[in-house]
Amino acid sequence: MDFLWLIPALPLAGFLILSLAGSRLTRPMVSAVGVGSVGLSAMISLWVTAAFIDQSPVRHVFSQTLWTWIDVGLDVAQLHLSVNFYLDSLAVVMILVITWVGFLIHLYSVEYMAHDDGYCRFFAYMNLFVAAMLILVLADNLLLLYLGWEGVGLCSYLLIGFWYKDPANGYAARKAFVVTRVGDTAMAIGLFIIYQHLDTLQIQTVMARAAEAWPAGSALPLTVALLLAGGAVGKSAQLPLQTWLPDAMAGPTPVSALIHAATMVTAGVYLIARTHVLFTLAPLAMTAVAVIGAATLLMAGFSGLVQKDIKRVLAYSTISQVGYMFLALGVGAWSAAVFHLATHAFFKALLFLGAGAVIHSLNGEQNMFKMGGLRREMPLVFATFLIGAASLAALPLVTAGFYSKDLIIWESFASAQGGAGFYAAALAGAFLTVLYTFRMVFLTFAGPIKTPVTHRPGISMKIPLVILAVLSLTAGFVEIPKTLGGVHLFSHFLNGVFPEIHITHGLEQIEWIFELVSGCVTLFGIFLVYLFIQRAPVLTEKLSGSAAGAFFNRLWLKGWGFDALYDRIFVRPYLFFGRLNREDIIDSFYDGLAAVGRAGYSAASLTQNGQVRTYAFGIALGAVALIAMVVIL
Amino acid sequence: MVTIPVSHGLLLAGLLFILGLLGVMVRRNIVFILLSLEVMFNGAGLAFVVAGSRWGQADGQIMFMFLLAMAAAEVSVGLALVFHLYHRGHTLDADAISKMKG
Repeated sequence: MDFLWLIPALPLAGFLILSLAGSRLTRPMVSAVGVGSVGLSAMISLWVTAAFIDQSPVRHVFSQTLWTWIDVGLDVAQLHLSVNFYLDSLAVVMILVITWVGFLIHLYSVEYMAHDDGYCRFFAYMNLFVAAMLILVLADNLLLLYLGWEGVGLCSYLLIGFWYKDPANGYAARKAFVVTRVGDTAMAIGLFIIYQHLDTLQIQTVMARAAEAWPAGSALPLTVALLLAGGAVGKSAQLPLQTWLPDAMAGPTPVSALIHAATMVTAGVYLIARTHVLFTLAPLAMTAVAVIGAATLLMAGFSGLVQKDIKRVLAYSTISQVGYMFLALGVGAWSAAVFHLATHAFFKALLFLGAGAVIHSLNGEQNMFKMGGLRREMPLVFATFLIGAASLAALPLVTAGFYSKDLIIWESFASAQGGAGFYAAALAGAFLTVLYTFRMVFLTFAGPIKTPVTHRPGISMKIPLVILAVLSLTAGFVEIPKTLGGVHLFSHFLNGVFPEIHITHGLEQIEWIFELVSGCVTLFGIFLVYLFIQRAPVLTEKLSGSAAGAFFNRLWLKGWGFDALYDRIFVRPYLFFGRLNREDIIDSFYDGLAAVGRAGYSAASLTQNGQVRTYAFGIALGAVALIAMVVIL
Repeated sequence: MVTIPVSHGLLLAGLLFILGLLGVMVRRNIVFILLSLEVMFNGAGLAFVVAGSRWGQADGQIMFMFLLAMAAAEVSVGLALVFHLYHRGHTLDADAISKMKG
């Protein structure tokens, strides 16, 4: 337990070593530092978890203060913050997911990035990314959390624009940074309000004081919860701030895996789960979160249907799956959201790494329509990718995705805050997920070979794929609904952190109907894709050839045109005003001051003409004037 | 003994001073500017002497001695400067020496 601080410190140390001494290290040494630091941190987090479970009575938490960070203030307002790590069961789940998935992605990158010039820089950024995310989830106060939050944002900027020589990548990086900054600003304002009214930023104290001081449903918790949700929406790429995530594909594929699975997008879900007391005080904010989640998962699901780039399909699927987590948070299914976060981390990392292996083997080809037939060429990648896809599509009974997603779908209906509308959206989203997932699988791995395979993944790419595939299958067995056996290890583990979800009375008996329905939806979806892509591609052509089909194809390909909308509303007016004010209007006042000074200077320097006689004349004139003054006055 | 009225003496002193001043302002030769300065000194000195005799005190004549000493010092420094300027620029024209133009 006492080594808790090492978990974020090791990747941070790895970053420092690589960034300060990286140019003197050989490639094997860089890999050893980059992968080893995260690997060690993963080992320690496993050890800490074992110790945590071993000695924990219910509601056990472990807190470790490292040093005092800020200690200022008068009698009235005191601000005392320390760098303090707070480990409860939610944080345990998060550090396990972050360090292990992060470690596997690092291991994979050793081979994936082997021939890149920025090898050392890559691992330095990746280590910093993991360190920032670990600080975020272990933070005991909101300011330290904000430090990790911004660190994650910075690293996403650095890594999305990793291949900075292409201006498009730099643009994507800036876009991610600026769009998430909109949410971050909302969150910062939320923190100000919290500090102003509750006099502390200590998360647990904030929760306790808020529950005491603010009546449920009043305006203050609503404002704060909405502002925090704004921050979460930005980081987690939900409506209306989702536009940065598809463009974030500009980075190397392991970066996408890290952003989508272990870090960054899950930060928003974590924030809301961490501050859930504020949200329960503001039912309206919870409804807003649920509506955002439902709308996002549908919107992104439709967009995922028509993408051509394999990574963009995965990007939209991430937006959609994080939408599920938001929906779960919004209906009070806290542990279901965290459960889906964990399983999603496994299968989404697996899918991205599998897609990376495909792209790597096809020499950088990302267009799915130019892929095909890879089933026989790369059987291991195919098998693991299929497992990931099945998990994402929630194939019943055998995959982790089924247990987590089905829990959300069920609770979105059965929860006291849920309803038929949320259930319909979640079920439709699940259907869309199946469609775009298996469309991707069929296009990539079935059919004839269209692009020759240039080289095959080696051992350090295969190990992470296999481990993640096993996790994508088995991670779900820690939480099995009552009708299928009733294992509740996960929700019991999180019991101390989250309140129990209120299931509407009388619905428990018919839970099996819901599971049957979602299982059938999945199987029907797979059959439909098989029909449209494999059996009769004519149907697809007919569909996309029709007027409505072509229209939606264009609309969804562009992600519902949000980019164009924001371009109209924000970017162009901003650029217009920028051009209008190219000569800064306020600056002209100071320019005027400078001009007056300069004119005065040249007038005064006229008198300095170097002629002794003129000076003498001046002196005489001055003397006469003085004498005249004395005489006359 | 016929006494000269104070006003006459002061008038003469003022005339000398203004003549010297005009010389300083219109002459271009540095040596003549120095000469004109001497004339101005003597104008001022005469005013001291006249004032001293008006009040029957020796202060005016003492001040004149001061003035002589100061004029001697001024001339020695001034002539040294003139020599130096001539050595550098081969001219005694005050207008030509205008390196200090701002």
